[in-house]
Amino acid sequence: MKAKRKMNSRFAPYLFILPYFIGVLLFTAGPLVMSFIMSFFDWPVIGDPVFTGMGNYIELFTKDSQFYDSMAITFKFSAIFVPLTIVLSLALALLISRQLKGISLFRVVFYLPTVVSSVSISIIWGWILNKEYGILNYMLSLLGVSGPDWLNSRKWALVALIIVSGWTVGTMMLVFYTALKGISTEIYEAARIDGSGEFRTFFQITLPLISPTMQFNIVTSFISALQNLSLVMLLTKGGPMKSTYMYGLFVYNNAFQKSRLGYASASAWVMFVIILLLTSLIFKSSDRWVFNQVTSKEERR
Amino acid sequence: MRVSKATKIVTYLLCVVLSFYFLFPFIWMILTAVKSEGEIFTYPPKFFPDTWRFHNFIDAWNAQPFGRFTWNSVLVTVWTTAGQVVSASLAAYGFARYQFRGKKFLFSILLATMMLPWDVTMIPQYMEFNLLGWIDTLKPLIIPALFGSAYYIYLMRQFLESMPNDFAESAKIDGANEFQIYSRIYMPMMKPCIILVCVLNMITVWNDYLGPLVFTNTQSKYTLAVGLAAFKGVHSTDIIPIMCISILMCIPPVVAFFIEQKNIIEGISGGVKG
Repeated sequence: MKAKRKMNSRFAPYLFILPYFIGVLLFTAGPLVMSFIMSFFDWPVIGDPVFTGMGNYIELFTKDSQFYDSMAITFKFSAIFVPLTIVLSLALALLISRQLKGISLFRVVFYLPTVVSSVSISIIWGWILNKEYGILNYMLSLLGVSGPDWLNSRKWALVALIIVSGWTVGTMMLVFYTALKGISTEIYEAARIDGSGEFRTFFQITLPLISPTMQFNIVTSFISALQNLSLVMLLTKGGPMKSTYMYGLFVYNNAFQKSRLGYASASAWVMFVIILLLTSLIFKSSDRWVFNQVTSKEERR
Repeated sequence: MRVSKATKIVTYLLCVVLSFYFLFPFIWMILTAVKSEGEIFTYPPKFFPDTWRFHNFIDAWNAQPFGRFTWNSVLVTVWTTAGQVVSASLAAYGFARYQFRGKKFLFSILLATMMLPWDVTMIPQYMEFNLLGWIDTLKPLIIPALFGSAYYIYLMRQFLESMPNDFAESAKIDGANEFQIYSRIYMPMMKPCIILVCVLNMITVWNDYLGPLVFTNTQSKYTLAVGLAAFKGVHSTDIIPIMCISILMCIPPVVAFFIEQKNIIEGISGGVKG
C-alpha cells in the first residue's frame, strides 16, 4: 500500500502537466518544426511542395522589395510607437499610483480600452478619424488647423495607426504601476528629508528602481509593433499605397492572399529571429543602464 | 506619503485631461449609434441627437445574422473557458506542488511558448486543421484551448505557490489520493484565481479576430468579431448599425472587466513581478 502511494506521487506531477504538454506538442511545437521545414519549400495551397533550399530566404533578401518596404514601415512605426507608449504608460502609472481619493476610478478608465476588441477599436476610431465628418478634424478646425484625411493619406495613415494603437497602453501602464507600488515609501521619505525635489526624486530614485520593468516594457512594446496585424487589417488594410503595409500583414498576405505558404513561413521565421535578436540585445545592453539591486549590493561589499 | 495641495490639483487635472483620450471614443460611439442618418453626416458634427433612437439597435441586429454570430462567439467562449480552467489548473498544480525531474526544463518550455509569435505557427496550424477537416468549423478555435494556455498556468501557479502545504499533508494522512487533494482541497481554494482566469479568457476569446478570420469561411460559422468586421467591409457607410453592433459587442468584456476589475489590475501586475 505504501509502495503504491510512493509510485503514485512519483508519476503524479507528470500526469498533472500531461494535458498541457500534449497541447504544446500538437498545436505549438509540431507546427513550429513544420513551419521551419516549410520555409525551405515552395509550398502552394493546392499541389505538391517543391524543395528549394534557401530559395525563399534568397528571394526575401534579394528580390522582394516589399520585404524591405514592410520592414522599414514597421521600424518607423516602432521608432515612434515604442518611446511614445513608454512615456505615456509611465506617466499614467505615476498618476494612478498617487494615493488620492478617487484615483482608482482613473485606473479603470485608463485600462478600459484594452478590453475592447480590435474590431470595435477600428470602428470607433475609423469614424473619429473620418476626414469630413470626423470629430477629431472638427476639433482641430476649432484650433484653426485643417486636419488631414487621416486614413487615406500616405503621410498620415501611419500616424493615425499609432494614435489608435496607443489607445490600449493600459497593460503597460499596469506593469509600471506594479513596479512603482513595489518601491518602499521609506526611500521616498529619506529623499524628502534630504531635500530632494519631485523631479530629482523621479530621475534619481524612481527611474533607476523601475528600470528592469522599463526594459520589459520596451521589449514587449517592440514585439507587439512587429506583430501588429489585426488593427492594420481593419483600419487601413496596409494602404493607402502600401504606406502602412507592416511586416505582420506582409507575412499574412503571403500566406493567405498569395497562397505561398513556404514563402510566408520563411518571412515569419525572419520575424521570429529578429524578435529573438532584439530581445537579447535589449537585455544585454541593459546591463549598462538597468539598475540591479543585487549587483549594486555586491559592489558595495 | 503626504501629497501637497498643488500636486493633488495637478494630478487630478492631468487625469481628467488624459481621460478624454481614453473615454471620449466610447462616448462618441454611443452618441453616434443613437443618431439618425441625417444627424451623423453633417458638418459641423452634431454632438447630441434630437431624439435618442434606441430602435437603431434592433434594426442593426436584424441587418445580418448577428444572433448566429453571437451564438458562435458564446459557444467558443464557454468551451474554451471551461477547458482552460481544467487543464491550466492541472498543469499549474503539477508545477506548483511537486518537485520532479525535468521540472525546470519543462517550465521554461512553457514560458517560451508565450514568446512565440503566432505568425510562425499559424500556417502549419491551418494545414493541420485542414487535414483534420476542422477548417470552417469552430473546432480550431476551441480544441487547442482545451489543453490550457501558458499564461493562465503561470498565473495559477503563482497563486498556488503562495498557499500553505499543511492542507495537503493532513489530507494525505486522511487517505486522499493526489487527484483528490487537487480537486477537493486546492480547487476550491483557488476560486479567486479561477475567476480571474475565466474573465481574462472570456475577454480574449470573445474579442479574437484573427483566429476566426483564418479558420472559418462561411458566414454561418462567423463569430461576432468576424461577422461585424465583414459587415463593416461591405456596408462601410452604414455607420449607425455598425456602431450599434460594436457597442453590443463591447458590453460582455466591459461588464466582465468591471466585475473583476480589482483582481485584473492586481492579478496582471502580480504576474510580471520582478
